[in-house]
Amino acid sequence: MKSTIYLILLFPLFLFSQNEIKGLVMEQNSKNQRIPLPGANVFWLNTTVGTMTSDDGSFKLPYDAAYKKLVISYIGFRTDTLLIETPKSIFHVLKASDDLGEVTISARRKSTATSYLSSQNISTISSTELLKAACCNLSESFETNPSIDVNFTDAISGTKQIKMLGLTSPYILITTENIPSIRGASQAYGLSFIPGTWVESIQITKGAGSVVNGFESIAGQINAELVKPTTDNRVFVNAYGSLNGRTELNTHFNTQVSDKWNTGLYLHANNRSQKFDRNNDSFLDMPLAKQINIMNRWQYTNLQKGLISFLNVRYLKDEKQAGQLSFNPKSDRLSNSVWGSEINTRRFEVSGKFGYVNPDIPYRSLGLQIAYSDHEQASYFGLNEYDIRHKSVYSNLVYNTIISDSRHKVKTGLNATYDRYNELVNSQVYDRNERSVGGVFEYSFDNLDALNLTAGIRVDHHNLLGTFLTPRVHARYTPWEKSAFRVSFGRGKRAANIFTENQKLFATSRQINVQSSGGAIYGLDPEIAWNYGVSFLQGFNVFGRKADLTLDFYRTDFENQVVVDYENPYEVNFYNLQGSSYANSFQAEFSLNLMTYLNFKTAYKFYDVKTQYDSGKLKKPLTSQHRYFANLSYESYSEKGEGVWKFDATFNWLGKQRFSSTEISPQAYQLPTYSPSISTLNLQVTKVFSEAFEIYLGAENITNVTQKSPILSSENPFGSNFDTTFVYGPIFGSTFYTGLRFKLN
Amino acid sequence: MKTILLTVTMLFIGTLSYGQNKNANASIEVDGVCMMCKKRIEKASLKTKGVKSASWNVDTHELKLIFDENKTSVEQIESNVTAVGHDTKSFVASKEAYESLHPCCKYREEGVVEDHK
Repeated sequence: MKSTIYLILLFPLFLFSQNEIKGLVMEQNSKNQRIPLPGANVFWLNTTVGTMTSDDGSFKLPYDAAYKKLVISYIGFRTDTLLIETPKSIFHVLKASDDLGEVTISARRKSTATSYLSSQNISTISSTELLKAACCNLSESFETNPSIDVNFTDAISGTKQIKMLGLTSPYILITTENIPSIRGASQAYGLSFIPGTWVESIQITKGAGSVVNGFESIAGQINAELVKPTTDNRVFVNAYGSLNGRTELNTHFNTQVSDKWNTGLYLHANNRSQKFDRNNDSFLDMPLAKQINIMNRWQYTNLQKGLISFLNVRYLKDEKQAGQLSFNPKSDRLSNSVWGSEINTRRFEVSGKFGYVNPDIPYRSLGLQIAYSDHEQASYFGLNEYDIRHKSVYSNLVYNTIISDSRHKVKTGLNATYDRYNELVNSQVYDRNERSVGGVFEYSFDNLDALNLTAGIRVDHHNLLGTFLTPRVHARYTPWEKSAFRVSFGRGKRAANIFTENQKLFATSRQINVQSSGGAIYGLDPEIAWNYGVSFLQGFNVFGRKADLTLDFYRTDFENQVVVDYENPYEVNFYNLQGSSYANSFQAEFSLNLMTYLNFKTAYKFYDVKTQYDSGKLKKPLTSQHRYFANLSYESYSEKGEGVWKFDATFNWLGKQRFSSTEISPQAYQLPTYSPSISTLNLQVTKVFSEAFEIYLGAENITNVTQKSPILSSENPFGSNFDTTFVYGPIFGSTFYTGLRFKLN
Repeated sequence: MKTILLTVTMLFIGTLSYGQNKNANASIEVDGVCMMCKKRIEKASLKTKGVKSASWNVDTHELKLIFDENKTSVEQIESNVTAVGHDTKSFVASKEAYESLHPCCKYREEGVVEDHK
């Protein structure tokens, strides 16, 4: 009896398991008659199961429930993909295609794209754009993007610092694959520790970003997506050499280990061993440098189960030597006859990402990120010694789902971090531990049309910052076609790492004063700021060519700030803000496709950044009020992408920048109130020989604009007026570089 | 103990036999040509009470649905999609609904389809 029931239960299955599918493929001839098409290819997408139609146009194919998409193709006809739900007979008419070309590129994706749809003001820099800055690391990746300013921080270390909305990088949350990476001890040089070839794309969010990745961001967020073992070239080699003595080598190796595991090994090395002193101030124009950077990534992909995860291990060793030409670190370290500096960094990092998407309910997903880093920097600048060790643990768990339907999305998460800082500033030891736990809730609404809105809030409990709320809201509204109007506001809070963020102060004779107010971090209070922004994007056609215009205005208002005061040339003072501090930023950007493959982009920026110093309310030093940017790029066209030439020119103009006051210095060491304005031009040419090989050649600062004497009192580096921080323009002048890229897939 | 076990088992049986799937998956073919169609199709689906997620693929014409079987059905969703002008496998949109489409979305016309290739 029982067995009969089982048998009956099994019946439907038997009925269902039809394991063959039959069909007929026809073509429509010029007289609109349908005739059978013999010899057409019919196959299941992503399988090797396929056949050809017989003389009468019919075919038979094995069927399996896992097969969903049936592809029918024939040369001279448009390939069609049919969705097969049940194994029934197929009747399909192929339509003749106009041309026989396999691939036609009708629209090209722009290398930098601002989204029309997202509620945040995000622009994405693709790998195409990244190639325009041939060299060399993340800090230089922004040189063709007007939203980010790249400046030298000082005349010694060769470090470039980025600014957004007129605020320096500590106010920007910089993440790699959404894990905060450039923070704490790596704040000063961290951008140069991410090789450019490792970066797949960069997302720049202006203003208040998402609350998911933390409470620290104030001016915006920058996320760098790294290359992934499954999508990167199997073998990639990049070699670079510059007349400024810098050589670089990047190699990537990616391989599939099993059907679910892929791994990639990424090596980066750079070296500069040649000494230059073009401006004859007895100081190296650029430091001697050596870096080895190794990363190993493991990627696990199981789409059936909806699992994706990454494991990364990275090791970095970086050594820099700067200072006077005759400086020999072995004999002259901390001597007071020859001024020199060494900055040695080691960093070890492990991180893991685990993502689960419910395959049946794709809007439900769970993500976990865990990262550990140990960053150690040992350095001295003349007679100033500075060491820092920063160990950090970051963990973030995020759950995505919807309320009622997918127009209402919800993210909730838990976040815990631990940071341990050990610092030595000359003979003074500063140790501290930071611990925080937080909960996040973010709701986003998308009416699938003109409006979307994201509102997020997080609650954090931090042992030094206390318990606090971080709200952030952004919205996008599209009043008419090809436009986007955005508003955002949000709060950020952070502990200022005063020494590591302002390391340039060590390369001066200034006395360091921390005016303690009894606060929790170096005796100072946490920084709190609100950011408000509006932006408008409009795309249109000019004589049939695509163009778009972006206007945006952002204001950052500090409730509290740790003011870094250089207004006394013999001192640098840190104190809590008394009064107001704000940064207003206005940007107008216009991009135009002049001809197919010829693009022009231009931007004007206006900054009004003022802070209440002890000596009065002043403009932020070394921030120009006006900036102009232009980029022209051209790519020759070729059917197969071989023999293509790419040309790229970037022009930057920076208006006058205020020098912090030198009024009380002796006449010889006094600087004018403002620096002159400067303009620079970079050029690059790339020749693509084949898909596998390309060579590029470029010129940086081709008009050879330099700041004449960037170091104050360079003849007497141990005197009280020695200062290397008054840098407003290029130190080195023009230089030329060349490099090659080799790819194998 | 036994009663608890029984209750738990009963609960399970209850959900298995009685409770219709709250997250039912379905996939239907919907005709359309562009991203505007995508928006329209997905919006019409999502506005059907009980539909949790709808995503239409412009290349394969596949509309993937997740919905609560207690509240709606594939037929109901299909009729809402056809109401905004898009043909599905088993329903054909009315002439009025089709005519109301943006000129660029007129998927029944060869020329329009060609333009989107």
